[in-house]
Amino acid sequence: MPLLEVRNLRVEFPTRRGVLTAVDDVSFSIDEGEVLGVVGESGAGKSITGTAIIRLIEPPGRIAGGEVLLAGRRIDNIAPEEMRHVRGKQIGAIFQDPLTTLNPLYSIGRQLAETMQTHLGLSDRDARARAIRWLEDVGIPGAAQRIDAYPHQFSGGMRQRVVIALALCAEPKLVIADEPTTALDVSIQAQVIALLKRLCREHGTAVMLVTHDMGVIAETADRVAVMYAGRIAEIGPVRDVVKGARHPYTEGLMGSIPSLTHRVERLRQIDGSMPRLTDIPRGCAFNPRCTKVFDRCRIERPDLMATDGPTRAACWLYAKGEARDAA
Amino acid sequence: MADSIAARKGPVSRFLDSDLWFSFSHSPLTIVSAIVALALIGAAVLAPVIAPHDPFNLATLNLMDAFNPPAWVEGGNPDFLLGTDDQGRDMLSTIMYGARISLFVGFCSVIFAMVLGVTLGLVAGFVGGTTDAVLMRIADIKLTFPAILVALLVDGLVRAALPRELHDRIALWVVIFAIGISNWVQYARTVRGSTLVEKNKEYVMAARVIGLSSTRIMTSHVLPNVMGPVLVIATLNLGFAILAEATLSFLGVGVPPTQPSLGTLIRIGNDFLFSGEWWITVFPGITLALMVLSVNLLGDWLRDALNPRLR
Amino acid sequence: MFAFIVSRLFQALPVMFTVSLISFAMFAYVGDPVAIMLGQDYTEAQRQALIRDLGLDQPFFVQFFEYLKNAVQGEFGLSYRLARPVSDLILERAPATLELSFTAAFLALAIGVPMGVYTGLYRESWLSRFFLTISLIGVSLPTFLIGILLILVFAVMLGVLPSFGRGDTVAIGWWTTGFLTASGLKALILPSITLGLFQMTLIMRLVRAEMLEVLRTDYIKFARARGLSNRAVHFGHALKNTLVPVITITGLQLGAIIAFAIVTETVFQWPGMGLLFIQAVSNADIPIMAAYLMMIALLFVIINLVVDLLYYLVDPRLRGSLAGSAR
Repeated sequence: MPLLEVRNLRVEFPTRRGVLTAVDDVSFSIDEGEVLGVVGESGAGKSITGTAIIRLIEPPGRIAGGEVLLAGRRIDNIAPEEMRHVRGKQIGAIFQDPLTTLNPLYSIGRQLAETMQTHLGLSDRDARARAIRWLEDVGIPGAAQRIDAYPHQFSGGMRQRVVIALALCAEPKLVIADEPTTALDVSIQAQVIALLKRLCREHGTAVMLVTHDMGVIAETADRVAVMYAGRIAEIGPVRDVVKGARHPYTEGLMGSIPSLTHRVERLRQIDGSMPRLTDIPRGCAFNPRCTKVFDRCRIERPDLMATDGPTRAACWLYAKGEARDAA
Repeated sequence: MADSIAARKGPVSRFLDSDLWFSFSHSPLTIVSAIVALALIGAAVLAPVIAPHDPFNLATLNLMDAFNPPAWVEGGNPDFLLGTDDQGRDMLSTIMYGARISLFVGFCSVIFAMVLGVTLGLVAGFVGGTTDAVLMRIADIKLTFPAILVALLVDGLVRAALPRELHDRIALWVVIFAIGISNWVQYARTVRGSTLVEKNKEYVMAARVIGLSSTRIMTSHVLPNVMGPVLVIATLNLGFAILAEATLSFLGVGVPPTQPSLGTLIRIGNDFLFSGEWWITVFPGITLALMVLSVNLLGDWLRDALNPRLR
Repeated sequence: MFAFIVSRLFQALPVMFTVSLISFAMFAYVGDPVAIMLGQDYTEAQRQALIRDLGLDQPFFVQFFEYLKNAVQGEFGLSYRLARPVSDLILERAPATLELSFTAAFLALAIGVPMGVYTGLYRESWLSRFFLTISLIGVSLPTFLIGILLILVFAVMLGVLPSFGRGDTVAIGWWTTGFLTASGLKALILPSITLGLFQMTLIMRLVRAEMLEVLRTDYIKFARARGLSNRAVHFGHALKNTLVPVITITGLQLGAIIAFAIVTETVFQWPGMGLLFIQAVSNADIPIMAAYLMMIALLFVIINLVVDLLYYLVDPRLRGSLAGSAR
């Protein structure tokens, strides 16, 4: 049984010009201890998928359909109070900007202790001792002295380490990391990713790593889901998605990554841009930009299907009875 | 593509398609307040034409008509729908004329405060340096004192400085000046803030490069960009200005009794509250409350509509 | 901490200086005190003697210095109209105004803050809509009209509460208090409601707006993602962060309460400083106006100092940098 299973998730935002579907019929699963990378351009729906799983979508946005199962139990329909015990305790979260994720008015020690005491029922003393240990674990120098410091007294990188400690301190089974390095200096990004990877391996925590940085994914993830315009375009083991993408969009995306090890004539780019949620084309959302488009792509929307490789892709090229060279 | 469609439509249909109109037409409360505000403004502007009596024509006043209750109350006279005051003046007509004064003072002082505040804000933001520092320091000190107190002080000072007879003649303008001067800071701060932002944008640089004068850049380039928030402040301040005038008049230091505003009427009526002639106070009070409430509701709506993030 | 207070006091000096300059200028140049004090019949010799007595023949700055020296000692000259020392008049009246203002401020805070928190948290509930409607009426009804309506209902129609005056007072030294007698407390009810209502609605709307703003921040979302209880999120994290702007405005509002006491005192014939001041304005009694202006300025300086101290306590970010430097 997978740790997390998302089935046909659909997230809608009603606006005055109609309902926007930010996440449309998305299904995937994450096994225990596994790292699933979720990539896509901004607006592809990857962050919203993560937020929807922990049910923190800002109203008027709402989950309009589908199911979310954690260890076989549905969590998309349980009472808010029950959901609260899932958040933090079973699913941790890391947000993008460490400068705004920490409450400026409370010391980091207090924020850590508060989280642990909420979920683990520790005494003040134990919570403090553990908080110091967590700060040491995430590499805050002089943890015992700095536990009473306030967020503004730390650098961005250090704050993200504190955020990681906060996300992991109640020992959740899964962490949803939403662009955890995007707001950081490039020089610190690798350190933070390495830290996250190490801690999750040590604690056996699965990770849903949302990012638009293919480099981070290639380095960290076991499997990858590629999202485009609110849907999953392709999903599969990281090697196969990077090296042998089947969906034309993924192919284009991978072709745009510079490589140090292989000589590539020139980087490719995908013409055009992702459609806005207000005017997603009929059929496959990618069809106006696709180099291999054919009639069916403009009429019918493809679901994820088996391909001739190890990945699954939402592309009519792989439908049974469809000639591969139809384009 | 959306732009080309908008460009083809006329200004009316473009307005009907705008977010502003959408939020207006979807807020019943806003529509009601707009209607109430327009009705009151209409009644005030047209008072000389549509008022049933002329309350200031001494020839038509008859003390026998004094203290008539409203028409629907026992002893009421159908000639005087809302009753009469101690001098036999028709309340309905007095209220219409009173609203006229209140609105006049309100609008004038808002415009005065706006012009003063926007100018000072533009200058402070654009010139910067010592001018900016001095102006903002004055603004700080001014902000330390509640507007109503500043208005009272200014009014008191002018009263002390001018001969009584001259003061009575220009009392209306003194009140407008006092309320306006107590209210410019908010405009100045907002405009200064936006000016500082706009000043460093490329189009202002570009305007400088092609040799436009500072004044020209300020008025034709920076000003249009700060008008949105200024309009919101002005609408919200209109309610305040009307209240301030009423308060000053109620305290007896506002407009002269020969030109009674709603505040003056309430003050006059207050003397008869205990003897049971409630209508002399209550009707001007209701009118004043409706006026300010509808203006405030419109201001609230405008602020929310122009700043959707706050909703 | 001590250095902080001292630096704040030094920053208040220019304000006090400016205000005293304005009030002195009023005192010296507006109207003709000599003519007012002498009345109708006087000889030129009497006039010259009075000018000398009042020091009006001295240069501007000598007069100003003299005025300041007296003001610091609490001497503001004689009232033109009442021919009594202004300081005596103000001391006599101050307890009435301060007791009324304090009660009104207490009401405004004790009711306004919880209502603001409630309407911010549950903004769709009918009770919130009700509060908001009430608050809009509260903002739109002029203070004096509220007072008149309260008198009409509770004093004229129901006859349960007094409509004017302070009731019986008890003297404690030079201070007279209405808190200790039943009639004093009864007399306080209508005026303090009248005075507090406007500020209450303002505080409520402000707290609500700040609450909505704070509830949208990342750190609140993160606090929820950590699974903290609603109580901890709302009252621990959100409310504390709304406090900084609320303290500022509330400080300003306290000042406004003292100013609006003028109106309330007029409606209820409350024997306080406001009534004294408004009589001074209508009679162009400049010494009282000048002294009142200085009093209010001093009061505001004190309020601002308290506000800054509260900042210092609430926001750790200010603790490092605030002392000695401008805000």
